[in-house]
Amino acid sequence: MATPKKGRNASAQSKPWRSLALILIAIAALTGGMFASGHTKPRLGIDLAGGTSITLRAVPEAGNESAINKTNMDTAVSIMERRVNGLGVSESEVQTQGRDNIVVNIPKGTNSEQARKQVGTTAKLYFRPVLATEVSGGNGKTSPSPSPTGSPSGKPSGKATDKPEATDKDSASPSASPTTQGRAVTDALKADATPSAGASDKAKASPSPSASGGTAEEDAKKLQAQYAALDCTDEKARGKVGDGSKASEPTLACGKNSQGQWQKYVLGPAEVDGTDVDKAQASLNTQSGAGWTVQMDFTDSGAKKFAAITGKLAQNQSPQNQFAIVLDGDVVSDPFVRQALTGGNAEISGNFNQQSAQELANMLKYGALPLTFKVDSMTTVTAALGGDQLQAGLIAGAIGLALVVIYLMAYYRGLAFIAILSLLVSAALTYTLMALLGPTIGFALNLPAVCGAIVAIGITADSFIVYFERVRDEIREGRTLRPAVERAWPRARRTILVSDFVSFLAAAVLFIVTVGKVQGFAFTLGLTTLLDVVVVFLFTKPLLTLMARRPFFANGHKWSGLDPKSLGAQPPLRRTRRPAAPVDPKEA
Amino acid sequence: MSKLGNLGARLHRGEVGYDFVKNRKIWYGLSILITITAIVGLTVRGLNMGIEFQGGAVFNTPKNTSASVSQAEEYAETASGHDAIVQKLGDGSLRIQVAGIDTDAANKIKNTLADDLKIDSEQINAELVGPSWGEQIANKAWQGLGIFLILVVIYLAIAFEWRMALAAFVALIHDITITVGIYALVGFEVTPGTVIGLLTILGYSLYDTVVVFDSLKEQTKDITKQTRWTYSDVANRSINSTLVRSINTTVVALLPVGGLLFIGGGVLGAGMLNDISLSLFVGLAAGAYSSIFIATPLVADLKEREPQMKALKKRVLAKRAQKGETPQTGEAEELYAEEPADAAPAVVGPRNQPASRSRGRGRPSGKRR
Repeated sequence: MATPKKGRNASAQSKPWRSLALILIAIAALTGGMFASGHTKPRLGIDLAGGTSITLRAVPEAGNESAINKTNMDTAVSIMERRVNGLGVSESEVQTQGRDNIVVNIPKGTNSEQARKQVGTTAKLYFRPVLATEVSGGNGKTSPSPSPTGSPSGKPSGKATDKPEATDKDSASPSASPTTQGRAVTDALKADATPSAGASDKAKASPSPSASGGTAEEDAKKLQAQYAALDCTDEKARGKVGDGSKASEPTLACGKNSQGQWQKYVLGPAEVDGTDVDKAQASLNTQSGAGWTVQMDFTDSGAKKFAAITGKLAQNQSPQNQFAIVLDGDVVSDPFVRQALTGGNAEISGNFNQQSAQELANMLKYGALPLTFKVDSMTTVTAALGGDQLQAGLIAGAIGLALVVIYLMAYYRGLAFIAILSLLVSAALTYTLMALLGPTIGFALNLPAVCGAIVAIGITADSFIVYFERVRDEIREGRTLRPAVERAWPRARRTILVSDFVSFLAAAVLFIVTVGKVQGFAFTLGLTTLLDVVVVFLFTKPLLTLMARRPFFANGHKWSGLDPKSLGAQPPLRRTRRPAAPVDPKEA
Repeated sequence: MSKLGNLGARLHRGEVGYDFVKNRKIWYGLSILITITAIVGLTVRGLNMGIEFQGGAVFNTPKNTSASVSQAEEYAETASGHDAIVQKLGDGSLRIQVAGIDTDAANKIKNTLADDLKIDSEQINAELVGPSWGEQIANKAWQGLGIFLILVVIYLAIAFEWRMALAAFVALIHDITITVGIYALVGFEVTPGTVIGLLTILGYSLYDTVVVFDSLKEQTKDITKQTRWTYSDVANRSINSTLVRSINTTVVALLPVGGLLFIGGGVLGAGMLNDISLSLFVGLAAGAYSSIFIATPLVADLKEREPQMKALKKRVLAKRAQKGETPQTGEAEELYAEEPADAAPAVVGPRNQPASRSRGRGRPSGKRR
């Protein structure tokens, strides 16, 4: 115990200025950053500042009206909650209202348009085999022969999958260069052109397993006719395409290729869907130049299904070796497969930027809404707690803090100066960090969090108190201030670290496991606990070391709070009696 | 201050001290009594769950309602007998939410509200709302809490020992039960703010206990190497030596929260503040109390059952009897009475030893003898 202590002491004692400078620079940087970013106030939660309220109405699906029930609504609420409140710190509220409404309240200063998209998107994800595809022309009728200009490079957006397997890399084209793919598409479209020209041709639908029965044939015919007539450039048609289609049946869909052209598809039944996705995250794919992509990890059963479908598709001719990733009826990506992909993951690429990739990843991660919702209304709401409450709270809090200062001054006198400065440093760090976290991770401060921050002041103050009491104990044992400050530190430090570790453990566990407001609380707790340690180590201790050199403190001035006499230190003359003291029984 | 400062000094030297461990039965009894009251209150009255947990009804008034938010709040609260949340929407209409209402009650309240607000009741749109703090959030919170408690008990058992882990756990349950019980008795509505308050207390209660245990662990390090003090004696002394710190910390933490509760909630009438600050105030006070009066004596109790400590106690008693000293096991006054006499040498004692030795061990003995 002695050796490390000495080493630490020596360094801490010799460089108190360094730590002080460090923390002051940190404050200056944070304050500077705060003003530079223009967010000089922490974002307040909906209870304190009001915000926007979005009402969504569940859209009944034809033939499946009973889907709008309590179970599905509750599931939708919890999924929306997680989408809009991913880290739990944004203080958004989601609740059902009436039979088929969901109300989403988001605090002021949140991008409400983005929030609307986040909660309103159903995020139904399907992997469907492509049966036919072609560029959908702007003239309403698509010519079956693909325009050569559009297609060759039309496919890079449909970049495929399975990056981890090195084996795939050489043999498999999925990750190969866009040009190969482009060519493949051309082939695909060419191969495609003839059959689709004859709209009655059944060959189109036959690859789909469900198209064997008589009615299925009729369905396939109908589908073929619809496909021929489909114009994806027409927004109305696009909105209607694939409506009411079941996952187990072939369907039509539209999607944009990387040229920005609309492409239309006939798709087979869904083989893998969003529930098979375990995790999803946005990542920047610099290797293939695909830009921002969304990486998905499948669940075990999902991986098996995916391997099976890709294995099957790989044996087909283009374009039937493609599968389409369909999100809410739109094809977002339509990669080729050359061999079964068994890695248990896939990648969606397309025209993503960082934000849209992250949004999509979030939606896939938290799952699809069980129902489709339409935004009914968006309106501003005032704070749930009137302004008077906040004001009363602030006044009361200020009075309480003033009492703390008075108490500290009365009890610690000169030392209170150090304690109050430390509290100020801690407050400045907390405030600036919270203000900066508002725009960066959507952190919003609600009333419970404000109260929690006030309790955190008590915990921060406890660290000083533990240390000060240790110093005083040392003085009472007859030490002069400078050694007392250094000798009290290792023990005070241990106490502070052990007890703060418990708080931090609570914060970390709750943050990882929970969702919503509890997660937000855990975040605040973890932040203030870390700040406590930072302030005590980098500010209070060095400052006390420096102050111990001042005669005012070192000589134990009556008002320094370290007066040996008023602390009841033993008068030095007693020292003479010491040698006569009995041997410490403990050593015996 | 000087009085308290002196108290610190006298506590430090052991001139004064309260025998927490000896009188533990009184405090155990008191705590059990409060806990039973809390549990009874909880079972009889139950918790008044807010709209966030159980859902309720929402009333939307027509556009440009003239009544102010606070007026509407008052009307809604008298009409329903529950706390109401009132928000003004962008088009000037009011959204009034009331907890724990079913369709029938909602219709009645709707009519009363219409009368109060002087609008046609047809124009008020009443709907039931679901909880925003749904089951899933609650389940996850319980899950997180469970994992945390298991981890913290393991951590304390490693960093200290299992007895302390157990005592800290008991103290924690004690604090939470009392706080929840008081909530039930006072009848305040439980909001997410309350839950956050409870979680804050959970952290604080453990934190406070750990600070006290840290001192206990340090002082009892070499306890078997001496024959003067039993474990309970040392435990008691360790509480006394951290007493000033405990008082100061509690005062510093309670003052602002008390300000919120009594001035903000009481005098200035900010209702919602009450919910949060009451749980914090009760919990902080209970947390400080339990770490001193419950947790440490409990550790002493458990420790004294160890054969090693039993043997130590025997030796200590034998030595005391041999010396012809009167003190019985826990006779605090006499125990402490003898101390000032030889406090001085002990106080200076560490100084003539190499620093490393005096620091690592001997604090309990070095300080007092």
